[in-house]
Amino acid sequence: MISTVQTPKKKNFIVRFFTMNTSGESSGRELPLWRQLVLQLLVLIIVAEVMFPIMYVITLSFSSKSQRPSSLELFPKELSLVAYKQVLDRPTANPVTFVELLRNSFVLSVGVGLVALFVAVSAAYAFSRFKFRLRQVLMILVFIPLLMPAIGLATPLFLLMNSLRVFDCGNGIIAVEPFLSCASTGKLLFNLRDSLLGVGIAMISGALPFAVWNLKGYLDTIPEELEEAAAIDGANPNQVFFKIVLPLAAPQLAVTFFLGFIGHWQEFAMPWLFLTKPQSYTLAMTLYNMTGQYANAIPWNRFAAMAIIVAAPVAVIYIALQKQIVSGLTLGGVKG
Amino acid sequence: MATATARLKMTKSVRLQRAILPYIYLLPAFIVMSIITFYPLIYQVILSFTNFETRHLLLGMASPELDNVGVRNYIDIITGGLPVQNFEFFRVLVYNIWWAISNVAVHVPAGVLIAVLLNVKGLWFKQIYRAIYILPVVIPPIVVATVWRNIFDEQYGAMNQFLTVVTGLFGSDEPVGIRWLFEYKPPISWLLPTGALPLAYYAMMIANFWLGWPFMTLVATGALQSIPNDLYEAASIDGASSSQQFWGITVPLLRPAMVPAAIYGFTLSFNLFNFVYFMTGGGPARSTEILVTFAFDLVRNLRLYGVAAAFAVIVFFVALTVFLITNRITRATESYLEA
Repeated sequence: MISTVQTPKKKNFIVRFFTMNTSGESSGRELPLWRQLVLQLLVLIIVAEVMFPIMYVITLSFSSKSQRPSSLELFPKELSLVAYKQVLDRPTANPVTFVELLRNSFVLSVGVGLVALFVAVSAAYAFSRFKFRLRQVLMILVFIPLLMPAIGLATPLFLLMNSLRVFDCGNGIIAVEPFLSCASTGKLLFNLRDSLLGVGIAMISGALPFAVWNLKGYLDTIPEELEEAAAIDGANPNQVFFKIVLPLAAPQLAVTFFLGFIGHWQEFAMPWLFLTKPQSYTLAMTLYNMTGQYANAIPWNRFAAMAIIVAAPVAVIYIALQKQIVSGLTLGGVKG
Repeated sequence: MATATARLKMTKSVRLQRAILPYIYLLPAFIVMSIITFYPLIYQVILSFTNFETRHLLLGMASPELDNVGVRNYIDIITGGLPVQNFEFFRVLVYNIWWAISNVAVHVPAGVLIAVLLNVKGLWFKQIYRAIYILPVVIPPIVVATVWRNIFDEQYGAMNQFLTVVTGLFGSDEPVGIRWLFEYKPPISWLLPTGALPLAYYAMMIANFWLGWPFMTLVATGALQSIPNDLYEAASIDGASSSQQFWGITVPLLRPAMVPAAIYGFTLSFNLFNFVYFMTGGGPARSTEILVTFAFDLVRNLRLYGVAAAFAVIVFFVALTVFLITNRITRATESYLEA
């Protein structure tokens, strides 16, 4: 049951891509050798195009030279791990360790993904299974934020969270603005805008409507017979939801979570707008700091090592879950 | 008698429970969204009618200096009255649309052709090629953008070094030093009516091409597999040449899969914030700026919060228009399929 839901026959691109019949025996003709060679040449040119930036950055990352490259090198001449070690020891000029950056990125990606998922799943179930009067109106309400590009809500979120501040007024009095403020100027303890929590809230604001929409699309594809059978056996709607629907939807919940993770891992706009303390920077922000005209002091081998480190988790998740991710994408029917 | 009324009461309460149950299931999501999505949306609209700037940050909406400026922010954005250099709304809008269309127009045909190439019967090492062609899909776009940014570096970048090698083959020993991302003079001056495309646009097209076609190949390969082989056999018995087979069988049968993929690609390119911001940051002189990067610049660097809110409202309506048009195209192809 679950497996049939998970791997729909329609449009399962990556699976097909890897398992398609390549023997070519169904048609009687053999490919003539000259055509084979011409095609091989074409295909190899495309391979070169794909591999060019990849080999370039891999070669750079394994180089021990801290000067910028003076000529084109696409194959590593040495396998030095100096750059990786330097990035892990001291990723930027800021007083922040690699472990802190990694932790911030993970806390944000995992936290936002989990919260969005848990809050969204029951709403998605309601939209998918119940008929009620305000259904259309509420679904349009969920859809409206989806139209907005992620940057669209940055301004109000920035200002609203910036106004939530905690002050130490002295004498052991703590004031929470905007509800209470100190009589005289107090010491700023916490600004929601300048914290990972604030960034997380801003990211959830964008992720939640997506999660509701995606999960609804998925729940629509689960046949209702099982739920009807359970209801006839006397299960109440809550039991149906927790004992039947949630277990059935678990694989898709995981896929939605990982899709979210891939997106949030690369989230740059909100953290870059909100965060000012180097201790709360993320890996994506650090990567941005390592390129361009303002990063003249950063050796390129270190930049390359950082790029590979940032790319690694996403690549691993993609390759491990390619089948589920692609079917999840096509089922959800919305951008990942 | 007593049991009957009790049963009636119970069914009544059950019915009531049934009626409010969906709302209970919706409650968590809607509470959260009310606070962090809908309230900010409304706040954004209110903000867009004010002159909120950095100096109002401390007191917020309670600031005595804050004025209601009506629709002036909207008018300023559209007529170019903002205190921002090199920004004209319609130029950025046209560039943004052109950027999205030109990307899709290159990615889709390339993706289809490469899929067809890989689908040739009897081609050696297919599995290896397929595994390699998938790589750009797997790498996060922010990493792709930073790497390509360095590749297009004018002094140390791999692109100029590559071109140096190529020109070296033709006997030139001058190192190539094209200022890919900073050259302001456009190579083709007549291309767009609202302002020519800078060299950085072409550099970004190259980088985004690398990123974009493998996805289209993935989609096209899936669709190619569902075309029955008999069609081609019948066509070749009838004497159709392979180009006739391509245009008469492959292209029409790929269309249902490629149209949604192209629309997905269009929407994605239209709002491609990370890639553009990481590669050029909208430069040089805002000539590669798209709507979302300018919206971000307004709030992060220029700190004109009222204007930024108005701009986001405009971006919302642009996105709504794009959605309505693309939705129509998808619907049209669906009915084409059924017909």
